[in-house]
Amino acid sequence: MSEKRIATRNSYGETLAELAPEYPDLVVLDADLAGATMTKMFKAACPERFIDCGIAECNMLGIAAGLAASGKKVFASSFAMFAAGRAFEIIRNSIGYPHLPVKICATHAGISVGEDGASHQCCEDIALMRTIPGMTILNPSDDVEARSAIRAIVDFDGPVYVRLGRLAVPVINEGPDYHFELGKGIELRKGKDVTILATGMMVAEALEAASCLEKEGIDARIINIHTIKPIDREIIRKAAEETGLLVTVEEHSVIGGFGSAVADVCAEECPVRIVKIGMNDEFGCSGPALELLKKYGLSAEHIVKAVREAVAKKRLFTES
Amino acid sequence: MDEAKKLELQKRACKVRMGILEGVHAAKSGHPGGSLSAADTITYLYFSELKVDPENPKWEERDRFVLSKGHCAPALYAALAERGFFPVEELLSLRHIGAMLQGHPDMKKTPGIDMSTGSLGQGISAACGMALAAKLSKQPYRVYAMLGDGELEEGMVWEAAMFAAHYQLDNLIIVVDNNNLQIDGTLAEVCSPEPVTDKFEAFGWNVVSINGHDFDAIDAAFQQAKAVSGKPSVIVQKTVKGKGVSFMEDNVAWHGSAPNDAQYEQAMQELKAVLNELEGK
Repeated sequence: MSEKRIATRNSYGETLAELAPEYPDLVVLDADLAGATMTKMFKAACPERFIDCGIAECNMLGIAAGLAASGKKVFASSFAMFAAGRAFEIIRNSIGYPHLPVKICATHAGISVGEDGASHQCCEDIALMRTIPGMTILNPSDDVEARSAIRAIVDFDGPVYVRLGRLAVPVINEGPDYHFELGKGIELRKGKDVTILATGMMVAEALEAASCLEKEGIDARIINIHTIKPIDREIIRKAAEETGLLVTVEEHSVIGGFGSAVADVCAEECPVRIVKIGMNDEFGCSGPALELLKKYGLSAEHIVKAVREAVAKKRLFTES
Repeated sequence: MDEAKKLELQKRACKVRMGILEGVHAAKSGHPGGSLSAADTITYLYFSELKVDPENPKWEERDRFVLSKGHCAPALYAALAERGFFPVEELLSLRHIGAMLQGHPDMKKTPGIDMSTGSLGQGISAACGMALAAKLSKQPYRVYAMLGDGELEEGMVWEAAMFAAHYQLDNLIIVVDNNNLQIDGTLAEVCSPEPVTDKFEAFGWNVVSINGHDFDAIDAAFQQAKAVSGKPSVIVQKTVKGKGVSFMEDNVAWHGSAPNDAQYEQAMQELKAVLNELEGK
């Protein structure tokens, strides 16, 4: 892991700007947040195909639907709270139902929004988007993955929700072996005692936790799930079968989100104990992002503690 | 508009009204009231105004029509069938399991449907997106949409109204079907969006007010709207909910219920009498 930290919203903005000349049908929409979602980079590169819809997210997603129905490659951005939250029903009826290829790239997801507080900290978007038939959901873990994800969906024929963050996060996928494939989880570390399945910015925390756990004699497998829907059932089944204990980590509510998606698969394929780490049915609050992540247990330190306890229980059960 | 053309449109509209009744009766549910109030303008669109090709419903340069008041799908289906997009017999499968004619328009299932709608307020936004796409691609097609007057109570309509004026979408023409009735009563009894014309004028639109059952007026309104540049147009048409069926006219009870067999027979007889007269029989 390098020391470099980059917010995935930056990776998104830069990638859009790179794609502008390659794709003459690419149109980018925003709702008065271009400076924050980083679509301003596309605007600078290609002002004639950047459309500011003003503070009207519902209309923006309806516009996106109309553009997509007319053959445009559309990216629409706002904060996760207002895209997935406020405009849910427009996404469901005008984009999801006709299965239009609108790419909804929502930034400022999760509590790492920080000081703006609970009104802007969306911890429900994955749960909401999962319920829409045919919706693909991506949650890239770092700069490298975010760039790969955006490039992978430009020509994708269907609606996609991409979850992006405000906070600069460690770059963890710089190695030459990194390969992004829609719908495929990535095993980042082999392990036999427990599998930590993480998504988005929590993958870096999971990796850090694994190093600490190793020193305690706990061999944790780490899996990065960047595609939450359709989820990689095989990698989850295999992990459940081979390690017998799963821990999921997400910067999202434990209700209906990534952990629930893993639990759905696990319950059907290979039932084992699952510990879900995430926002525990509560609203966030104002504060510096890194402190908030600690406060709500979304840190390597907390993952270590949760895994340690879960593995101890597992060992006790196995021995008895 | 010349008399022969007008007569043809009147006959077509009568057949569209019969198609609405057939569909809703066969479905034993649906929305006849608003379908009948919209029937003349939808007929005008498909038989006089829209550049469309029933043989090639996805033709890229076609004009688009978005029925934002999607519950009036029976009128759109009847017009599409009459125009040859699919067999008229298909109307009898409306709302049945496995049918391509869903309760509300579905662009994936039905040829000729340009946008899936049904949730009020959303169609106008999609229509704006389509009009914007034409502008970006420098294509000459126009986008038409029809909204209910009650639909104007949805806030999203006014987000779209701001957007269309800001981006000078003069290739967009919307129709507000102002039949003055919504599910819970008259507009005034519920939560009135009036004065509708003043609101659109304030939002920067070209506004035309007409009687939506007069083909001369409908024709003049669309020709006027198409001549305007730099701003979107709205045609606010005064109509009668349930128009053409005596016992349904101006009666809110027929917003969302189907006629029974006896009511259906009576309605069809009334419409047949009108058609016979138009055909000089």
